[in-house]
Amino acid sequence: MIDIIDYGAGNLFSVLKALEALHAQPQIIKTPNRYRGGKIVVPGVGAFGDAMQGLRATGFAAFVQEQVQKGKPVLGICVGLQVLFASSAESPGITGLNFFPERVTRFPATHKVPHMGWNQLDVRRETKLLRGIQSGEFVYFAHSYAVTAAEQKYAAAVCHYSLSFAAVIENENLYGVQFHPEKSQRVGMQILKNFVELC
Amino acid sequence: MLAKRIIPCLDVKDGRVVKGVNFVNLVDAGDPVAQAQFYDEEGADELVFLDITASTEARPILLDMVQRVAENIHLPFTVGGGVRTVDDMREILRAGADKISINTAAWQQPELISRGAEIFGSQCVVVAIDARRHGEHWELYTHGGRNATGGDALAWASEAQARGAGELLVTSMDKDGTRGGFDLPLLTALSETIHLPIIASGGAGAIQHFVDAVQQGQADAVLAASLLHFREIQIADIKKAFLENGIPTRYEQLSDRANQI
Repeated sequence: MIDIIDYGAGNLFSVLKALEALHAQPQIIKTPNRYRGGKIVVPGVGAFGDAMQGLRATGFAAFVQEQVQKGKPVLGICVGLQVLFASSAESPGITGLNFFPERVTRFPATHKVPHMGWNQLDVRRETKLLRGIQSGEFVYFAHSYAVTAAEQKYAAAVCHYSLSFAAVIENENLYGVQFHPEKSQRVGMQILKNFVELC
Repeated sequence: MLAKRIIPCLDVKDGRVVKGVNFVNLVDAGDPVAQAQFYDEEGADELVFLDITASTEARPILLDMVQRVAENIHLPFTVGGGVRTVDDMREILRAGADKISINTAAWQQPELISRGAEIFGSQCVVVAIDARRHGEHWELYTHGGRNATGGDALAWASEAQARGAGELLVTSMDKDGTRGGFDLPLLTALSETIHLPIIASGGAGAIQHFVDAVQQGQADAVLAASLLHFREIQIADIKKAFLENGIPTRYEQLSDRANQI
Protein backbone atom coordinates (compact mmCIF):
# COMPACT_ATOMS: atom_id res chain seq x y z
CA MET A 1 0.00 0.00 0.00
CA ILE A 2 1.59 3.24 -1.16
CA ASP A 3 0.18 6.75 -0.96
CA ILE A 4 1.49 9.29 -3.45
CA ILE A 5 1.02 12.76 -2.04
CA ASP A 6 -0.45 15.34 -4.40
CA TYR A 7 0.60 18.83 -3.39
CA GLY A 8 0.27 20.30 -6.89
CA ALA A 9 3.60 19.08 -8.18
CA GLY A 10 2.45 18.13 -11.65
CA ASN A 11 2.75 14.71 -13.16
CA LEU A 12 1.81 11.96 -10.72
CA PHE A 13 0.21 9.78 -13.34
CA SER A 14 3.38 8.01 -14.49
CA VAL A 15 4.44 7.23 -10.92
CA LEU A 16 0.96 5.93 -10.14
CA LYS A 17 0.93 3.68 -13.20
CA ALA A 18 4.44 2.36 -12.54
CA LEU A 19 3.43 1.41 -8.98
CA GLU A 20 0.20 -0.13 -10.24
CA ALA A 21 2.21 -2.28 -12.63
CA LEU A 22 4.10 -3.52 -9.56
CA HIS A 23 0.81 -4.37 -7.80
CA ALA A 24 1.65 -1.92 -5.01
CA GLN A 25 -1.96 -0.73 -4.61
CA PRO A 26 -1.00 2.91 -4.95
CA GLN A 27 -3.34 5.83 -4.59
CA ILE A 28 -2.95 9.58 -4.92
CA ILE A 29 -3.94 11.57 -1.85
CA LYS A 30 -4.66 15.28 -1.83
CA THR A 31 -4.87 15.73 1.93
CA PRO A 32 -3.07 14.04 4.84
CA ASN A 33 -6.36 12.72 6.26
CA ARG A 34 -6.69 10.34 3.28
CA TYR A 35 -3.49 8.57 4.32
CA ARG A 36 -3.92 4.81 4.73
CA GLY A 37 -0.89 4.20 6.93
CA GLY A 38 1.48 2.62 4.40
CA LYS A 39 4.46 3.84 2.46
CA ILE A 40 4.64 7.38 1.13
CA VAL A 41 5.94 8.74 -2.17
CA VAL A 42 6.82 12.43 -2.45
CA PRO A 43 6.91 13.20 -6.20
CA GLY A 44 8.00 16.49 -7.63
CA VAL A 45 8.75 18.49 -10.70
CA GLY A 46 9.15 22.23 -10.92
CA ALA A 47 10.97 24.52 -8.55
CA PHE A 48 12.07 23.81 -4.97
CA GLY A 49 10.27 26.89 -3.63
CA ASP A 50 6.96 26.02 -5.31
CA ALA A 51 7.23 22.47 -4.04
CA MET A 52 7.80 23.61 -0.45
CA GLN A 53 4.98 26.11 -0.72
CA GLY A 54 2.67 23.34 -1.96
CA LEU A 55 3.79 20.97 0.77
CA ARG A 56 3.09 23.58 3.46
CA ALA A 57 -0.22 24.78 2.00
CA THR A 58 -1.60 21.23 1.89
CA GLY A 59 -0.32 20.24 5.31
CA PHE A 60 1.90 17.59 3.78
CA ALA A 61 5.12 19.19 5.06
CA ALA A 62 4.24 18.53 8.71
CA PHE A 63 2.64 15.23 7.73
CA VAL A 64 5.81 13.89 6.09
CA GLN A 65 7.93 14.99 9.02
CA GLU A 66 5.59 13.21 11.41
CA GLN A 67 5.46 9.98 9.39
CA VAL A 68 9.22 9.84 8.98
CA GLN A 69 9.48 10.14 12.77
CA LYS A 70 7.04 7.26 13.12
CA GLY A 71 9.26 5.13 10.90
CA LYS A 72 7.07 5.04 7.78
CA PRO A 73 9.09 4.47 4.60
CA VAL A 74 9.17 7.67 2.52
CA LEU A 75 10.54 7.95 -1.03
CA GLY A 76 11.23 11.34 -2.58
CA ILE A 77 11.54 11.52 -6.37
CA CYS A 78 13.48 14.27 -8.19
CA VAL A 79 12.46 17.55 -6.51
CA GLY A 80 10.88 15.20 -3.95
CA LEU A 81 14.43 14.20 -3.01
CA GLN A 82 15.62 17.80 -2.95
CA VAL A 83 12.93 18.94 -0.51
CA LEU A 84 14.30 16.45 2.04
CA PHE A 85 17.25 18.84 2.37
CA ALA A 86 17.65 22.12 4.21
CA SER A 87 17.51 24.59 1.33
CA SER A 88 18.20 25.11 -2.36
CA ALA A 89 20.05 27.67 -4.44
CA GLU A 90 16.97 27.57 -6.68
CA SER A 91 14.78 29.27 -4.08
CA PRO A 92 16.85 31.29 -1.61
CA GLY A 93 15.21 31.89 1.74
CA ILE A 94 12.91 28.86 1.53
CA THR A 95 13.46 26.15 4.11
CA GLY A 96 13.13 22.53 3.03
CA LEU A 97 11.90 19.60 5.09
CA ASN A 98 15.36 19.62 6.61
CA PHE A 99 15.99 15.92 7.20
CA PHE A 100 19.50 16.51 5.87
CA PRO A 101 21.49 19.69 6.51
CA GLU A 102 22.91 20.24 3.01
CA ARG A 103 21.94 22.88 0.49
CA VAL A 104 20.87 21.84 -3.00
CA THR A 105 23.05 23.59 -5.60
CA ARG A 106 22.84 24.43 -9.29
CA PHE A 107 25.08 22.60 -11.72
CA PRO A 108 27.98 24.80 -12.81
CA ALA A 109 27.93 26.04 -16.41
CA THR A 110 30.93 23.89 -17.37
CA HIS A 111 28.45 21.32 -18.70
CA LYS A 112 25.05 21.78 -20.29
CA VAL A 113 22.19 22.48 -17.91
CA PRO A 114 19.69 20.83 -17.41
CA HIS A 115 21.43 17.51 -16.87
CA MET A 116 19.09 15.68 -19.23
CA GLY A 117 19.02 12.06 -20.22
CA TRP A 118 20.39 8.69 -19.21
CA ASN A 119 23.37 8.61 -16.89
CA GLN A 120 25.04 5.90 -14.87
CA LEU A 121 24.73 5.08 -11.22
CA ASP A 122 27.92 4.73 -9.21
CA VAL A 123 26.79 2.53 -6.33
CA ARG A 124 28.53 3.41 -3.08
CA ARG A 125 26.98 0.89 -0.76
CA GLU A 126 24.59 -2.02 -0.80
CA THR A 127 21.24 -0.73 0.34
CA LYS A 128 17.68 -1.98 0.32
CA LEU A 129 16.63 0.39 -2.45
CA LEU A 130 19.54 -0.67 -4.65
CA ARG A 131 19.10 -4.40 -4.33
CA GLY A 132 20.01 -5.98 -7.67
CA ILE A 133 21.35 -2.71 -9.10
CA GLN A 134 24.93 -2.57 -10.35
CA SER A 135 27.24 0.36 -10.83
CA GLY A 136 27.15 1.47 -14.43
CA GLU A 137 23.44 0.96 -14.95
CA PHE A 138 21.57 3.83 -16.59
CA VAL A 139 18.66 5.84 -15.22
CA TYR A 140 16.84 8.89 -16.61
CA PHE A 141 17.60 12.32 -15.17
CA ALA A 142 16.06 15.72 -15.96
CA HIS A 143 17.20 18.41 -13.49
CA SER A 144 19.31 21.54 -13.08
CA TYR A 145 19.91 21.33 -9.32
CA ALA A 146 21.44 18.56 -7.26
CA VAL A 147 22.97 17.60 -3.94
CA THR A 148 26.74 17.52 -4.20
CA ALA A 149 27.72 14.07 -3.11
CA ALA A 150 31.12 14.75 -1.60
CA GLU A 151 29.68 15.79 1.73
CA GLN A 152 26.53 13.67 1.60
CA LYS A 153 27.16 10.66 3.76
CA TYR A 154 23.75 9.11 3.08
CA ALA A 155 24.30 8.90 -0.67
CA ALA A 156 23.86 5.22 -1.55
CA ALA A 157 24.66 5.92 -5.19
CA VAL A 158 26.14 8.94 -6.84
CA CYS A 159 26.22 10.10 -10.45
CA HIS A 160 28.96 12.00 -12.24
CA TYR A 161 28.28 15.03 -14.38
CA SER A 162 29.92 18.44 -14.12
CA LEU A 163 30.15 17.48 -10.48
CA SER A 164 29.36 14.30 -8.60
CA PHE A 165 25.99 14.39 -6.94
CA ALA A 166 23.71 12.20 -4.86
CA ALA A 167 21.56 10.03 -7.14
CA VAL A 168 20.15 7.82 -4.40
CA ILE A 169 19.77 8.77 -0.74
CA GLU A 170 19.03 6.24 1.93
CA ASN A 171 18.95 6.69 5.68
CA GLU A 172 16.85 4.28 7.70
CA ASN A 173 13.25 4.78 6.49
CA LEU A 174 14.02 7.83 4.38
CA TYR A 175 14.76 7.32 0.68
CA GLY A 176 15.30 9.62 -2.25
CA VAL A 177 16.15 9.32 -5.94
CA GLN A 178 17.22 12.28 -8.06
CA PHE A 179 16.29 10.52 -11.31
CA HIS A 180 12.85 9.40 -12.49
CA PRO A 181 12.51 5.68 -11.72
CA GLU A 182 9.08 5.63 -13.38
CA LYS A 183 10.80 6.61 -16.64
CA SER A 184 13.93 4.55 -16.21
CA GLN A 185 12.68 1.34 -17.71
CA ARG A 186 13.95 -1.92 -16.18
CA VAL A 187 16.40 -0.35 -13.73
CA GLY A 188 13.88 2.19 -12.50
CA MET A 189 11.19 -0.43 -12.08
CA GLN A 190 13.59 -2.61 -10.07
CA ILE A 191 14.26 0.29 -7.70
CA LEU A 192 10.53 0.99 -7.31
CA LYS A 193 9.97 -2.73 -6.75
CA ASN A 194 12.61 -2.68 -4.02
CA PHE A 195 10.73 0.17 -2.35
CA VAL A 196 7.42 -1.67 -2.69
CA GLU A 197 8.89 -4.80 -1.14
CA LEU A 198 10.49 -3.09 1.86
CA CYS A 199 9.17 -4.34 5.13
CA MET B 1 28.73 9.19 -18.47
CA LEU B 2 25.66 10.94 -19.78
CA ALA B 3 24.55 8.87 -22.77
CA LYS B 4 23.88 10.37 -26.17
CA ARG B 5 20.24 9.66 -26.88
CA ILE B 6 18.57 8.13 -29.90
CA ILE B 7 15.00 9.30 -30.36
CA PRO B 8 12.47 7.94 -32.86
CA CYS B 9 9.82 10.47 -33.87
CA LEU B 10 6.27 9.25 -34.44
CA ASP B 11 3.65 11.35 -36.21
CA VAL B 12 0.18 10.96 -34.78
CA LYS B 13 -3.18 12.09 -36.07
CA ASP B 14 -6.45 11.71 -34.14
CA GLY B 15 -4.62 9.55 -31.62
CA ARG B 16 -3.29 7.15 -34.23
CA VAL B 17 0.24 6.77 -35.51
CA VAL B 18 0.34 7.77 -39.15
CA LYS B 19 4.11 7.65 -39.52
CA GLY B 20 5.70 4.83 -37.62
CA VAL B 21 6.99 1.29 -37.96
CA ASN B 22 5.13 -0.56 -40.67
CA PHE B 23 7.32 -3.39 -41.67
CA VAL B 24 7.44 -5.62 -38.65
CA ASN B 25 4.84 -7.85 -37.13
CA LEU B 26 2.91 -5.16 -35.36
CA VAL B 27 -0.65 -6.27 -34.90
CA ASP B 28 -1.80 -2.67 -35.17
CA ALA B 29 0.67 -0.28 -36.76
CA GLY B 30 -1.53 2.70 -35.91
CA ASP B 31 -1.51 1.99 -32.19
CA PRO B 32 0.78 4.43 -30.34
CA VAL B 33 1.25 2.01 -27.45
CA ALA B 34 2.35 -0.82 -29.75
CA GLN B 35 4.73 1.56 -31.53
CA ALA B 36 6.15 2.83 -28.27
CA GLN B 37 6.59 -0.70 -26.96
CA PHE B 38 8.36 -1.69 -30.13
CA TYR B 39 10.87 1.15 -29.84
CA ASP B 40 11.25 0.61 -26.13
CA GLU B 41 12.38 -2.95 -26.84
CA GLU B 42 14.61 -1.74 -29.64
CA GLY B 43 16.54 0.38 -27.16
CA ALA B 44 15.19 3.85 -27.92
CA ASP B 45 16.22 6.27 -25.20
CA GLU B 46 13.21 8.50 -25.56
CA LEU B 47 10.29 9.04 -27.90
CA VAL B 48 8.77 12.07 -29.58
CA PHE B 49 5.11 12.13 -30.59
CA LEU B 50 4.32 14.85 -33.06
CA ASP B 51 0.59 15.53 -33.24
CA ILE B 52 -0.38 16.61 -36.73
CA THR B 53 -4.12 16.68 -36.03
CA ALA B 54 -5.46 19.87 -37.53
CA SER B 55 -8.41 20.35 -35.22
CA THR B 56 -8.00 21.39 -31.61
CA GLU B 57 -11.31 19.70 -30.85
CA ALA B 58 -9.44 16.41 -31.05
CA ARG B 59 -7.43 17.33 -27.93
CA PRO B 60 -9.17 14.76 -25.65
CA ILE B 61 -8.15 12.03 -28.10
CA LEU B 62 -4.52 13.13 -27.87
CA LEU B 63 -4.66 13.23 -24.07
CA ASP B 64 -6.10 9.75 -24.00
CA MET B 65 -3.25 8.58 -26.21
CA VAL B 66 -0.65 10.22 -23.95
CA GLN B 67 -2.18 8.47 -20.94
CA ARG B 68 -2.16 5.08 -22.60
CA VAL B 69 1.49 5.47 -23.60
CA ALA B 70 2.49 6.60 -20.10
CA GLU B 71 0.58 3.68 -18.60
CA ASN B 72 2.44 1.12 -20.62
CA ILE B 73 5.91 2.49 -21.28
CA HIS B 74 8.40 3.46 -18.61
CA LEU B 75 10.42 5.62 -20.95
CA PRO B 76 10.52 9.41 -21.25
CA PHE B 77 8.55 10.97 -24.08
CA THR B 78 7.88 14.37 -25.56
CA VAL B 79 4.65 15.54 -27.14
CA GLY B 80 4.56 18.35 -29.68
CA GLY B 81 2.22 19.85 -32.24
CA GLY B 82 -0.49 22.40 -31.70
CA VAL B 83 0.46 23.33 -28.15
CA ARG B 84 -0.56 26.96 -27.72
CA THR B 85 -1.19 27.67 -24.06
CA VAL B 86 0.07 26.88 -20.59
CA ASP B 87 -3.14 24.92 -20.08
CA ASP B 88 -2.34 22.77 -23.12
CA MET B 89 1.05 22.08 -21.58
CA ARG B 90 -0.40 21.26 -18.19
CA GLU B 91 -2.94 18.80 -19.61
CA ILE B 92 -0.36 16.92 -21.63
CA LEU B 93 2.12 16.76 -18.75
CA ARG B 94 -0.55 15.62 -16.33
CA ALA B 95 -1.49 12.86 -18.76
CA GLY B 96 2.03 11.48 -18.36
CA ALA B 97 4.27 13.13 -20.96
CA ASP B 98 7.65 14.31 -19.70
CA LYS B 99 8.21 17.21 -22.02
CA ILE B 100 6.28 19.49 -24.30
CA SER B 101 7.70 20.67 -27.57
CA ILE B 102 6.60 24.10 -28.77
CA ASN B 103 7.43 25.73 -32.07
CA THR B 104 5.09 28.23 -33.73
CA ALA B 105 3.40 29.25 -30.49
CA ALA B 106 6.77 29.91 -28.86
CA TRP B 107 7.75 32.31 -31.64
CA GLN B 108 4.36 34.03 -31.58
CA GLN B 109 4.26 34.33 -27.81
CA PRO B 110 7.75 33.83 -26.35
CA GLU B 111 6.37 34.24 -22.83
CA LEU B 112 4.93 30.75 -23.28
CA ILE B 113 8.50 29.49 -22.84
CA SER B 114 9.08 31.58 -19.71
CA ARG B 115 5.76 30.68 -18.14
CA GLY B 116 6.06 27.02 -18.98
CA ALA B 117 9.55 26.90 -17.48
CA GLU B 118 8.40 28.75 -14.39
CA ILE B 119 5.39 26.54 -13.75
CA PHE B 120 6.61 23.12 -14.85
CA GLY B 121 10.39 23.52 -14.80
CA SER B 122 12.79 24.05 -17.68
CA GLN B 123 13.26 20.33 -18.13
CA CYS B 124 9.67 20.08 -19.43
CA VAL B 125 10.01 22.75 -22.10
CA VAL B 126 11.49 21.81 -25.46
CA VAL B 127 11.65 24.54 -28.08
CA ALA B 128 11.55 23.15 -31.61
CA ILE B 129 13.44 25.22 -34.16
CA ASP B 130 13.06 24.72 -37.90
CA ALA B 131 15.90 26.47 -39.70
CA ARG B 132 16.92 27.04 -43.30
CA ARG B 133 20.22 28.48 -44.44
CA HIS B 134 20.33 31.88 -46.11
CA GLY B 135 23.87 32.88 -46.96
CA GLU B 136 25.79 33.18 -43.76
CA HIS B 137 22.94 32.65 -41.36
CA TRP B 138 19.94 30.44 -40.69
CA GLU B 139 16.40 31.71 -40.86
CA LEU B 140 13.71 30.50 -38.48
CA TYR B 141 10.57 28.94 -39.97
CA THR B 142 7.27 28.21 -38.25
CA HIS B 143 3.99 26.45 -39.10
CA GLY B 144 5.70 23.17 -39.88
CA GLY B 145 8.25 24.89 -42.07
CA ARG B 146 5.74 26.77 -44.23
CA ASN B 147 6.25 30.30 -42.89
CA ALA B 148 9.51 32.20 -43.02
CA THR B 149 9.72 34.44 -39.98
CA GLY B 150 12.63 36.61 -41.06
CA GLY B 151 14.11 35.83 -37.64
CA ASP B 152 17.60 34.49 -37.12
CA ALA B 153 17.50 30.91 -35.84
CA LEU B 154 20.61 31.29 -33.68
CA ALA B 155 19.37 34.51 -32.09
CA TRP B 156 16.05 32.82 -31.43
CA ALA B 157 17.82 29.85 -29.85
CA SER B 158 19.59 32.25 -27.49
CA GLU B 159 16.34 33.92 -26.58
CA ALA B 160 14.66 30.56 -25.95
CA GLN B 161 17.54 29.64 -23.68
CA ALA B 162 17.33 32.94 -21.81
CA ARG B 163 13.59 32.42 -21.34
CA GLY B 164 14.12 29.07 -19.68
CA ALA B 165 13.83 26.43 -22.40
CA GLY B 166 15.31 23.15 -21.22
CA GLU B 167 16.21 21.69 -24.58
CA LEU B 168 16.22 22.55 -28.28
CA LEU B 169 14.94 20.26 -31.02
CA VAL B 170 16.66 21.59 -34.11
CA THR B 171 15.51 20.55 -37.57
CA SER B 172 17.50 21.58 -40.59
CA MET B 173 15.02 22.17 -43.41
CA ASP B 174 17.87 22.04 -45.90
CA LYS B 175 18.74 18.53 -44.78
CA ASP B 176 15.34 17.16 -43.83
CA GLY B 177 14.32 14.36 -46.16
CA THR B 178 17.64 14.35 -48.06
CA ARG B 179 19.23 11.49 -46.09
CA GLY B 180 22.52 13.25 -46.71
CA GLY B 181 23.45 13.62 -43.07
CA PHE B 182 22.62 16.06 -40.29
CA ASP B 183 23.37 19.76 -40.74
CA LEU B 184 26.77 19.85 -39.07
CA PRO B 185 27.50 23.57 -39.60
CA LEU B 186 24.13 24.46 -38.02
CA LEU B 187 24.71 22.12 -35.09
CA THR B 188 28.23 23.39 -34.58
CA ALA B 189 27.12 27.02 -34.69
CA LEU B 190 24.43 26.26 -32.11
CA SER B 191 26.69 24.33 -29.78
CA GLU B 192 29.12 27.25 -29.75
CA THR B 193 26.49 29.66 -28.46
CA ILE B 194 23.94 27.52 -26.62
CA HIS B 195 24.40 25.70 -23.34
CA LEU B 196 21.24 23.61 -23.54
CA PRO B 197 20.97 20.00 -24.65
CA ILE B 198 20.39 19.90 -28.40
CA ILE B 199 18.45 17.25 -30.31
CA ALA B 200 19.59 17.07 -33.93
CA SER B 201 16.92 16.39 -36.52
CA GLY B 202 16.75 16.22 -40.30
CA GLY B 203 18.99 14.41 -42.75
CA ALA B 204 19.73 11.05 -41.15
CA GLY B 205 20.51 8.49 -43.83
CA ALA B 206 23.36 6.34 -42.57
CA ILE B 207 24.86 5.17 -39.30
CA GLN B 208 27.88 7.42 -39.72
CA HIS B 209 25.55 10.45 -39.80
CA PHE B 210 24.53 9.82 -36.22
CA VAL B 211 28.17 9.52 -35.16
CA ASP B 212 29.00 12.76 -36.98
CA ALA B 213 26.07 14.66 -35.43
CA VAL B 214 27.37 13.78 -31.98
CA GLN B 215 31.13 14.02 -32.57
CA GLN B 216 31.29 16.96 -34.98
CA GLY B 217 27.97 18.66 -34.39
CA GLN B 218 28.17 18.06 -30.63
CA ALA B 219 24.51 17.10 -30.49
CA ASP B 220 23.27 15.55 -27.25
CA ALA B 221 20.60 13.51 -28.94
CA VAL B 222 19.67 12.49 -32.46
CA LEU B 223 16.18 12.17 -33.81
CA ALA B 224 15.09 10.11 -36.79
CA ALA B 225 11.80 9.01 -38.29
CA SER B 226 11.42 7.18 -41.59
CA LEU B 227 14.94 5.76 -41.54
CA LEU B 228 14.07 3.90 -38.35
CA HIS B 229 10.44 3.25 -39.21
CA PHE B 230 11.39 1.55 -42.49
CA ARG B 231 13.95 -0.56 -40.63
CA GLU B 232 16.75 0.60 -42.88
CA ILE B 233 18.83 1.18 -39.80
CA GLN B 234 18.12 -0.23 -36.37
CA ILE B 235 18.79 1.52 -33.11
CA ALA B 236 21.09 -1.29 -32.01
CA ASP B 237 23.29 -0.64 -35.06
CA ILE B 238 23.60 3.04 -34.16
CA LYS B 239 24.42 2.20 -30.56
CA LYS B 240 27.02 -0.29 -31.67
CA ALA B 241 28.63 2.42 -33.78
CA PHE B 242 28.49 4.79 -30.81
CA LEU B 243 30.29 2.24 -28.65
CA GLU B 244 32.94 1.66 -31.32
CA ASN B 245 33.51 5.40 -31.56
CA GLY B 246 33.76 5.93 -27.83
CA ILE B 247 30.42 7.76 -27.65
CA PRO B 248 28.58 7.12 -24.38
CA THR B 249 25.39 5.22 -25.03
CA ARG B 250 22.80 3.35 -22.99
CA TYR B 251 23.35 -0.22 -24.08
CA GLU B 252 20.65 -1.88 -21.96
CA GLN B 253 19.39 -4.32 -24.57
CA LEU B 254 22.29 -4.07 -26.91
CA SER B 255 24.00 -7.28 -25.87
CA ASP B 256 20.92 -9.41 -26.48
CA ARG B 257 20.10 -7.68 -29.72
CA ALA B 258 23.68 -7.72 -30.92
CA ASN B 259 23.73 -11.48 -30.49
CA GLN B 260 20.76 -11.84 -32.79
CA ILE B 261 22.24 -9.72 -35.54
